[in-house]
Amino acid sequence: MLKTIVRNLLRGPVTMKGPAPAEAGIEELASRLDRAARARLGRSLSIREVDAGSCNGCELEIHALNNVIYDLERFGMRFVASPRHADVLMVTGPVTANMRDALFRTWDATPDPKWVVAVGGCALDGGLFKGSYGIVGGVGSVVPVDLHIPGCPPRPIDLLAGLVALVEAAK
Amino acid sequence: MLDHLASIGTRAGDHRPFPRFDLDREAWAALVATLAEKPDWSLVGLWADTGIVHMALREDASGAVAVVSLACPEGRFPSVGGVRPAAIRLERAVQDLFGVTAESLVDPRPWLDHDAWPIRLPLSADPPDPLGHPEPYPFLPVEGPGLHQIPVGPVHAGIIEPGHFRFTCNGETVVRLEQRLGYVHKGTEWLMAGRSVAEVAKLSARVSGDSTVAHSLAFARAVESATGAAVPARAVWLRALMAELERLANHLGDIGAICNDAAFAYMLAECGLLREKVLRAADACFGHRLMMDRVIPGGVAADLADDGRQLLARLVTDLREAFPPLIHTYDEKASLQDRTVATGRVATELVRRFGAGGHVGRASGRGQDARRSPGYAPYDELDFEVPVFADGDVNARVWIRIREVEASLGLVRQILDRLPEGPVHAPVPAAAGQGMALVESFRGEIMTWVAVREDGIVTRCHPRDPSWFQWPLLEAAIEGNIVADFPLCNKSFNCSYSGHDL
Ligand code: SF4
Repeated sequence: MLKTIVRNLLRGPVTMKGPAPAEAGIEELASRLDRAARARLGRSLSIREVDAGSCNGCELEIHALNNVIYDLERFGMRFVASPRHADVLMVTGPVTANMRDALFRTWDATPDPKWVVAVGGCALDGGLFKGSYGIVGGVGSVVPVDLHIPGCPPRPIDLLAGLVALVEAAK
Repeated sequence: MLDHLASIGTRAGDHRPFPRFDLDREAWAALVATLAEKPDWSLVGLWADTGIVHMALREDASGAVAVVSLACPEGRFPSVGGVRPAAIRLERAVQDLFGVTAESLVDPRPWLDHDAWPIRLPLSADPPDPLGHPEPYPFLPVEGPGLHQIPVGPVHAGIIEPGHFRFTCNGETVVRLEQRLGYVHKGTEWLMAGRSVAEVAKLSARVSGDSTVAHSLAFARAVESATGAAVPARAVWLRALMAELERLANHLGDIGAICNDAAFAYMLAECGLLREKVLRAADACFGHRLMMDRVIPGGVAADLADDGRQLLARLVTDLREAFPPLIHTYDEKASLQDRTVATGRVATELVRRFGAGGHVGRASGRGQDARRSPGYAPYDELDFEVPVFADGDVNARVWIRIREVEASLGLVRQILDRLPEGPVHAPVPAAAGQGMALVESFRGEIMTWVAVREDGIVTRCHPRDPSWFQWPLLEAAIEGNIVADFPLCNKSFNCSYSGHDL
């Protein structure tokens, strides 16, 4: 183990360079984030992830943000365990009827100012599950959404670009 | 088993590749009684269609698989849950979705239906109006001096799917865990009914995102059996290649995550890097990191280019170099072993009774692997070990995954060496039929059953994720352990919520 650690230290970081913020994301955000948010946010964000009905594909890629390649924390962003600690709710999945209350209550428990990032095709409008009795629709049908990151699932790089855009726009 | 089923029922004509027998009520009831005396006839699945209930069984010794069906126009059938406890939750789901009642079911509480849908019995022929007065879900009563309850979820602390756990504890020790699932129920089976094969293939790929290749493969093979489709050889081998890459990625991710839950973050960092390498290679070769929608009925949707082949060969070399030092670390760190050895034990007897497979079954002495039995191409031509351990603890489940990583690396290498040339897709013929497939996902055996019409419309599809038979065992695994070890036990199982709730 020590050998590997030493080798890794000598090799230097494996993290990839941070992506440029996505233009579309900035535009979408700029119109939604008000001046108060710009003043308050700075370059630090606590994110609470909520699976509101996903197939778990989106979760896998959100997890990847924490690996040593993407290493989200170097952007000042980290995942937290409670909505009470969060600035951002990152929500996946078509919101199922069985998760509607839990999602709303998680959002309600998150202190203001707060932002909601909807991740994946399902979270936009239900995706392939549209029309089912089991879902109530996209995340926006239960809580207000500030940014949508498309993909099924979005690649970690797209998630990162979306989050960087969120911070840049809020500066 | 097959002789017995043939003697009590009539063989149905259009069910492939395993036989299906129509039983009458008496024969079904007699079969339930027989099951009590035949512990090695394990339950593979139990599901319903309009006015009919199906059950799939396997004789463990011979590997014979068969489906039995009972028409139940009155909407009732004798429960199997009494003799096969793994059937209980499936029967509760059948009640919620079809309104078909399992008579004398030991636990008749609703399961997937949380009283939040705009309709009731969504898959029944004539769904009634919703109840409109949700009542609190009756958790099982627990009484005793010094006991207290800890309710957790549906929203958990980590980046994880939603579900509810009700712990009853005596001090730090968990006396009982009761799960409540169904939070991610998306009505997938309802959506699947009446759609084209291509549309249902997309839904199948999203039953559980981490096993998207395996679920797609199970659906594709079920459709191909039902319609008599011939799949080109190259596609068959590419499917196995994708399935092994998926297995590698998941096991690597899980090994790291389990160690992380034992407060050993180093392994998470190292294994996370290896997992990322696998996903990037998959992306470069097949255009999607998880390889979603790449296995389709009739073949595969993406061919492997020559440089992709080289890239995967390099990946195998890379992992073969990077993985052994990590195993060594896992094995030699007392602080890790202290948390994983003897934690979250599941007895062999229990995994047998539940017919549990995958790493949960194999860590507890049940060596079932669908790639071997019933087996499917190209695995019959490939050389690989199916590891089996007896301890049944977190440590054994980690070791199963370690051995399976090694086995998958060997399989990828063999597939790359022997990949046949030729087309990768053939059209699915317009034919009606019922088909079933058993496929080994990283988590265990998936069963998918499908009924297709001649015009290519799926009238009914039932994917049964391995989680169905593993979730109940997690309740048993945590008993007598401390609350702080729950994440560790849970992660070593890593059951799918989406695949179960559907
Ligand atoms: S967007 Fe795709 S990957 Fe994400 S939850 Fe929906 S189906 Fe799964």
